[in-house]
Amino acid sequence: MAKVIFPVEATHIMMFARAIGDPNPVYHDPTAAAGTEVGGIIAPPTFPQAVAQFDPDYPLRPKPGEPWFGSAAEPTGSTAQRGTGGLHASQEFEYHRALRPGDVLTVEVRDGESWERESKRAGKLLFSERIKEYRDQNGELVITARSVGVMTERPVES
Amino acid sequence: MALQASQLKVGDIHRERVVENLSRTQLVQYAGASGDYNPLHTDEIYTVQVAGYKGVFAHGMLTMGLTGKMLTNYVGDGRLTKFGVRFTNQVWPGDTLDARATVTAIREENGVHYADLEVVTTNQEGKEVVTGHATARIDP
Repeated sequence: MAKVIFPVEATHIMMFARAIGDPNPVYHDPTAAAGTEVGGIIAPPTFPQAVAQFDPDYPLRPKPGEPWFGSAAEPTGSTAQRGTGGLHASQEFEYHRALRPGDVLTVEVRDGESWERESKRAGKLLFSERIKEYRDQNGELVITARSVGVMTERPVES
Repeated sequence: MALQASQLKVGDIHRERVVENLSRTQLVQYAGASGDYNPLHTDEIYTVQVAGYKGVFAHGMLTMGLTGKMLTNYVGDGRLTKFGVRFTNQVWPGDTLDARATVTAIREENGVHYADLEVVTTNQEGKEVVTGHATARIDP
């Protein structure tokens, strides 16, 4: 994901709000939303993560004709050794304004720091930080997202 | 309705039950909406037999989204300026989550009022699943 164009759409916001179980009309009802302080439909605070939909190379989406590491005829459909896979360790958003349907965002990602730590629950942990900047159709920075992923040596015991 | 600096005190708490008896179908719904189809969240066979977990578990971002619902209900729509969490424990199907925000500071910067919040979401056993912080723009 170098630079991804992320068009913000009302239906996508509605589906995302449903998925997080949020019935707030500001996410799906234009008439009700018009009467609120924000004056129209906006996106919920964690919606920027749905940029994954628009990343052509996003690895966690099955693609036609390519091996997929989830189950099909066999428990794993791919010989690729995913190990325990990566987990999400932390996520932070900084908001300059709310996202609205009609916004067309350009999202750029860059790598931040990486570090290692030993843990009792999952063995050696390898952390890596990614920073995403979301700019709108006017070139204004609207959201900065910092995400830390962790690769674990073994599954996390809970 | 936005919060008001004049009505708010450090230590004020808002809490909400953000999901009850989380279903596997909601994990599928979140995968579809967010675009994150990691089979760890929807594919029990892969998750148990290949990845070695006891079963599928929630996307961290679903737990953050559920927690964000509590925040926006508290501070109002479009009022958050910052929201960050650490994912401290996994969330499993069947979990019931309670999210809580505690006011840690009320401040003014360049004539704009803000509230800083500590954010914690716990499961039915009282175990923390996310901890974090948020900042919201509030009225005077």
